[in-house]
Amino acid sequence: MRTATVIIGAGHAGLAMSCRLAELGIDHVVLERGEVANSWRTERWPSLRLLTPNWQTKLPSFPYDGADPDGFMSAGALAGLIRRYAGAIGAPVRTHTTVRAVGFHDDGYAVTTEQGTWTAPTVVVATGACNLPNVPPYADAVPASVSSITPMDYRGADDLPEGAALIVGAGATAVQLADEIHRSGRAVTLSVGEHVRLPRTYRGCDIFSWMESAGVLDERFDEVDDIVRARHVSSPQLLGSPDGRAVDLDALTDLGVRLVGRLAGIADGRARFSGSLANVCALADLKMHRLLNRLDEWAGSAGQERPERTRLPRDPALELDLTNGEIHTVVWATGFRPDYSWLDLPVLDRCGRIRHDGGVVTGVRGLYVLGLPLLRRRRSTFISGAVSDTRDIASLIWRDLSRRDCALTAVR
Amino acid sequence: MTLTDAPVDNGINLQALMDARGALGDDPTLGHFVWRASSRWENGTHSFSTVEKFSGLGGEQSHRTPFGYDIDHPECFASEDHGATPVELILVGLAGCLTAGIASVAAMRGIRLRSVTATLEGDMDLAGVLGIDPGVRNGFHSVAVHYKVDADATAEDVEALVAQAQKRSAVYDVIANPTNVVVDVNR
Repeated sequence: MRTATVIIGAGHAGLAMSCRLAELGIDHVVLERGEVANSWRTERWPSLRLLTPNWQTKLPSFPYDGADPDGFMSAGALAGLIRRYAGAIGAPVRTHTTVRAVGFHDDGYAVTTEQGTWTAPTVVVATGACNLPNVPPYADAVPASVSSITPMDYRGADDLPEGAALIVGAGATAVQLADEIHRSGRAVTLSVGEHVRLPRTYRGCDIFSWMESAGVLDERFDEVDDIVRARHVSSPQLLGSPDGRAVDLDALTDLGVRLVGRLAGIADGRARFSGSLANVCALADLKMHRLLNRLDEWAGSAGQERPERTRLPRDPALELDLTNGEIHTVVWATGFRPDYSWLDLPVLDRCGRIRHDGGVVTGVRGLYVLGLPLLRRRRSTFISGAVSDTRDIASLIWRDLSRRDCALTAVR
Repeated sequence: MTLTDAPVDNGINLQALMDARGALGDDPTLGHFVWRASSRWENGTHSFSTVEKFSGLGGEQSHRTPFGYDIDHPECFASEDHGATPVELILVGLAGCLTAGIASVAAMRGIRLRSVTATLEGDMDLAGVLGIDPGVRNGFHSVAVHYKVDADATAEDVEALVAQAQKRSAVYDVIANPTNVVVDVNR
């Protein structure tokens, strides 16, 4: 089977891409291993909500039109929205069509699936940034008496063993699970490395409202200092909760969560933590203030109230015995990574990351990637990033196909 | 060119720093370094350590000249006090590392430094090293570093400088994180 563009993945980004290509009359197919919005449907915990408010949850030709623009969508509601979107735009999705390999073919690519092979001069990888949990190698050293889970397996605090939990990580997932698991009556110890602190609201408005208005979300990838680093900072310590509650380290401390430093390793049943907690908190506080300063500058006046410096425990524990029965569960909220095991192309760096320049994969022709953090702009990290990113990539694909003198509408 | 027009570099060779980052990014093997020291017992608690050669950037490297250090314990330990104690040298290493980091990061950020001073304290309970109480660790219970920085920058920028220097410091990392240590002996 031949087409002009194969899009791999029918999540929000792949479908947004399909909408853009249809607008330009470019023949394409969207290959999906499961159902539309498969990851949101099957790989996220039910209480997960987007960090961004509903009014920002929009896709090409599909603004938010619900009744709660300032609310935060649950994973299930988002999956429903993406499914409705696929129907609304009439996307040519082939569900239950798992891609097994993508390799070079003629002047383009062969995409091998369990239902046959597609060839196309252009391919868009829209399989997402969060396919696999990023678990450190020393996770294997957790004693057998302690259960060890990742957010991919987590479905709710009540499924966990009774008793205390060690949560490793300090991004959005880690702090949200710390809040939820501690509230379930399981005492939480949170192992905190570098993190991003943001207030849910600032000067009476949601922080994403500020970042939208002040143009922060539209900052381009080629304007950001050290883009490699910027693409790997953890997600902000926010919760899209109807009650607007904070889940930063101070809020968790107030709840009774115990803070320790970054997990440095596990040996002989003992978890050992870095002594760097004070500095990672100082870095996060300073970074937050730099953003708030920028928002104040944009507003033309200084805000009256700023979050206080993160309160540190007096003597953070450097060691935790995992064998004495205190800790029953370790949760690895240590981030996610994409799975490119099916990509038989020389496009990955030595860390397994796809090398790209604003979504244009480096070193090959006609291969694009979508839905990665800070792909083309800060907004790329969030759902609405697909609106502008797919517009840009679609015009690049159109130019690419035109130069090849390739029929945009291929023989089906 | 007047003094105020001079580009801010704090005596750091910024170009070399950028070039090194580029080169090591292109060829990660260049970044593999082995640091070495040698030591010889003198008498009592006194030893003499030297540093000279190390490897990195794809080959053997050498200091401009060998450097040597007398290491001993003070007279209140019934020692002859020929030099700094080993734990003081740890503090010396931490100060040297953080301060070099502050100067480099400041140069990268175009911040002119006028003075950078630090005092360091590591607190320790001797019940550990003397084997009096097995529950007490041998090493520092905690380390405190107090910086005074006079620079052409806001208090917030100076704080960010010091935070970044910690984030990028080898000795800070060595002290704050566990490291496997293997010691062998030959006759």
